[in-house]
This record gives sequence, C-alpha cells and structure tokens, in this order.
Amino acid sequence: MPLSPAELKRKADLLRLHVIEMTTAAGSGHPGGSLSAADLMAVLYFRVMRHDPGNPAWEDRDRFVLSKGHVAPVLYAALAESGYFPTEELLTLRKLGSRLQGHPVRGKLPGVEMSTGSLGQGLSMSCGIALAGKMDGRDYNVYCLLGDGELQSGQNYEAMMFASAKGLDNLIAFVDRNRLQIEGDTEKVMPLDPLPDKWLAFGWDVFEVDGHNIEQIIGAIEEAKRSESPSVIIMNTVKGKGVSFMENQAGFHGRACKPEEYEQAVRELKEALE
Amino acid sequence: MKKLAQRNYYGKALAKLAETREDVVVIDADLAGSTKTSEFRKVAPERFVEAGIAEQDMIGVAAGLAASGKTVFASTFAVFATGRCWEQIRLGCAYPKLNVKIVSTHCGISVGADGASHQALEDISIMRSLPNMTVISPADAYEAYAATLALADCKGPCYMRLGRADVPVLFDEDVGFEIGRARRMRSGSDVSLIGTGQMVSLCLDAADMLESEGISADVINMSTIKPLDGAAVMESVSKTGCAVTAEEHSVIGGLGSAVAELLSENMPAPVVRIGTRDTFGESGDPDQLFRKYGLTAEDIAAAARKSISMRE
Repeated sequence: MPLSPAELKRKADLLRLHVIEMTTAAGSGHPGGSLSAADLMAVLYFRVMRHDPGNPAWEDRDRFVLSKGHVAPVLYAALAESGYFPTEELLTLRKLGSRLQGHPVRGKLPGVEMSTGSLGQGLSMSCGIALAGKMDGRDYNVYCLLGDGELQSGQNYEAMMFASAKGLDNLIAFVDRNRLQIEGDTEKVMPLDPLPDKWLAFGWDVFEVDGHNIEQIIGAIEEAKRSESPSVIIMNTVKGKGVSFMENQAGFHGRACKPEEYEQAVRELKEALE
Repeated sequence: MKKLAQRNYYGKALAKLAETREDVVVIDADLAGSTKTSEFRKVAPERFVEAGIAEQDMIGVAAGLAASGKTVFASTFAVFATGRCWEQIRLGCAYPKLNVKIVSTHCGISVGADGASHQALEDISIMRSLPNMTVISPADAYEAYAATLALADCKGPCYMRLGRADVPVLFDEDVGFEIGRARRMRSGSDVSLIGTGQMVSLCLDAADMLESEGISADVINMSTIKPLDGAAVMESVSKTGCAVTAEEHSVIGGLGSAVAELLSENMPAPVVRIGTRDTFGESGDPDQLFRKYGLTAEDIAAAARKSISMRE
C-alpha cells in the first residue's frame, strides 16, 4: 500500500529531523540543501522507486544518484528510514570510521549508487547507468538529483546532450531550484535563468513543480515516466525548508546548527510531526 | 627491424573482446578512427558508445556503465584522456574502484608534428598519483595486445598509454602479459636500464653501445608502472648498484620517480632519469624531437656512464 501524500509529508519532516540531528551531532555538514530536497526524497524512497533495502544489488532496482553529494545527510536519512541500515548509525555522520562519509561513497554504505560530492558529475554517471539499462533490456529508471548552482558546471550540458542523443527516456533528473548557493543568489553569482529553456534546447522534457508539494512531485514523475525523452523536473524549493530561521538563508548551506538553534529547529520539526 | 603501431593492436584486441566478452563496452570521444576503437565498433556496434568531444562526460558515463556491471574501455588521446577529465576519473572511477579501463593513444613526444598541445608528457604522473589506479605502458604492439586482454580480465580502474607511431617489435605475437610483473630483456651486471613503452627498445640499443665499451647492462621492461615491480628493480640494482630509467614522459612523477622513490627508501643507489626535463614538447619529426629532448639510445648510454660513475 503506497504512502499517501499526507504520510509522505510526514516522512519528509522525519527526514528533516534526522538531518538536523545528524549535522548538529557532526558539528558540520549541509543542512540547507538537505531540507529543500526532503520532500522529493520522501516521494522517491517511500512511493516511487522500485527498490529492496534487503537486496541493494538487485539488478532491476531503480537507481538514485545524488549529484549534489553534499546533501548526503538527507540521502542517508532516507536510506536508514527505508531499512538499509539502522537509524542509530545516522549519528555517526562525518565521524572517523563511519560509513556515513561527508559525501556519499559507493561501496561503503548499502544503497549508495555512486561516489559524488564534486559537483557536476552525477548526471553523466546517471547517463551511464541508464544506458546500461537500455543495453541489457532492463526496465529500471534512473533518478538523479542536481543542485541548481551545480548547473553552472559545463559537464552537465555534455550529459544533457548525451542523454537525448542516446534516447535515455529511463532517466529522470530533478533540479532542487532553491536559488541559493554558497555566495548567495544564483542569479547574482552566475545566472541560470531561463533554466527550463536550457534543458528544452538539449531535447529534454521539462516539468516545473512546487518542490514542497507532494502531489505535484508525484504527478510530474508519473508524466516523466511516460515521456519518450529524458525528463527533468525543476522543483522550486526553499533552502532550509521546514525550519523557520534556516529558510532562504545561504548561510545554512554548509554549517550546522548551534546548540540553541538546534533546540528551536527540533521543536519546530517535532511540532510539524505531531 | 619490424615495426608496428601499438594502437593498431589495441584495436585488434578490442575486436577479439567484442566476440568473446559480452560485458565489454567501449566508449570514445570522436577519435575512434585514431584510437582504433573503431575495430570494436565494427564487430559490436551495439556496445560501442560515441561520447562526442566531451571527455568529462565520457568518463562519467563510463563510471555509470561500470557500476552497472560492464567492463568499460574508454579511449581518446592521452592528453585528453587523463588531463581533461582527471577529476572525473578520480571521483567516478578510482575512488569507488570501478571497472573502467582508460586506454589512451598518442602518448608522448612521438606524436610529432601536432606539437605540445597533443603530446602527453604528464599522464603517467597524474594517473600514478591516484589511489587504486593501475598504470601500464607496454613496450611494443604485441605487448599492447596482450595487455589489453589482461586489462579486461582484471578488476578495477586502470590506465594504459599507447603510442601513435610504429615502434620496434620486441616480442613474439603470442607474448602474454601479467600486470605488475616486469620482464628482464637482457642480463647484465654493471648498470640497470629500466625502460617503459617504446623506450625499452632504445634501452636495448643503448645496451649494445655499452657492450662495445665493455659495460654490461641489465635491461628491464617496466610495462607496469603501478604497481611497480619493486622486487625486479631491487634484484637488478642489488647486482648493478646503479640505474637509469627511460620514459617518453616528463622526469617528474613518472617511471623515473617511481624507481627513485623505491630505491631511496629501500636500497639507495644512483638513478639517472631519461625523460623530458620539465618542458613542453613542440612540432617536429619524432626522430628530431627525440634528439632535441634527450631521449635517444645515445642519451641512455651517456646516462648509464654517469650512473656508474656516481656509484664509484
């Protein structure tokens, strides 16, 4: 029985709570972009993706590639909540000897498909996985989450060209369009707009949704699956979503909460969960 | 002396793998005719991937294919195969130990007329510094063929550099290849000449010259640069007490560095390195360039005399 939108919303807030707890325990990490992507992660891991936490190497599983590897906390939270490993392990994030490295590492933790963290590379990797699926006649889908700032990297456009040239209709990309990067407003650092036009020009089907609206995300994925081209879902999001003082703050791109901030963040997220 | 181009035998080996290995996929960046991956495309077009002039994407795609169970050969010219996409190789292939074989052609200064932009003299160095990466530089075309088959059988990320030009044949057609194992080409007791790639042939020429002067050279083909066959180096140098390294590559970070690092930590002995000396190449005929940049058999022989004199 698939989770309802209301249940998925709750899952997303649970992932957010994990993100705050993990990054605070680590004393570092990237909470802002983790919170903006939480709704998508809940939709993918608890509704859309065909996967089996008991068999992470299942050849017909759908694949998820986290191109914006710095939001590893939200991926780890989704994997733990799915049952890939115990949720207690989440608090080892970024610690010596932990499987939960600062950025995801393939082979270290079940459920992590590719090593990422250096931006601009995940879409190419996703193309390779999608192409292998085509070669082998498998019907899995490949989902790739990109940051918006990372689309300033040229390799993405090589990959966009490749995906449409090879007819990779089993590839669905998401852009977490929270409009903030380390130095601030993406449009001031290096403008990305008009963003849909860029993807359209490379032959992709483009969908645009409110990235915090569960129904819209699900609906766009269903449409993207039917597309005969590679598809991108641009999700308009709020960086730091779900914690009032973190919302739209570029400063929380790469720093954890201080103790008093942590208290408030947890209070807000627990209220949302009640 | 019979001469053959390594890249042609890379193509032949790929064509064989196309028939024998369903898991092998080849990807190239608009240079299939030059790298000879076109030979694979002829046999298995459905497993040949054209990436266009987009090497960073090519490596990312290769990593994704390998993560899905494919044995991937990714090829283009050595400058582009290593330099343009070094960090993609680092993150996508080396770090997760994926089964991607980066095989470049047009290595070194023997590229000739195209000039420095196309003459890779740093590729061994930058690939050798990557953890998990194997680095291979075969001595002739038959060894390149055997090494290609050996790469297909080994797990993990590998880099192999091949030349463009015809180079002297040193081995029989049925020569095998064991990754990580050096071959002694000639036994001697006065100086160790350790070469890689087509420089092995020039080391043998230098050994002939030295022999006429009464100097006996031990010649080793170090076709795997990483992991270095340290036992072979030390066995030779324990006998000779001094060494010369020869590579069509910068003296910074390549075979010469690897041998010097090994010896200085285990068995200090003079090591004189033959290679380009912190410089770019330029346009010219390969023979002219080898003379100008100090890569001839005469240069190796002179280095041997110097190494011997430092030992004494």
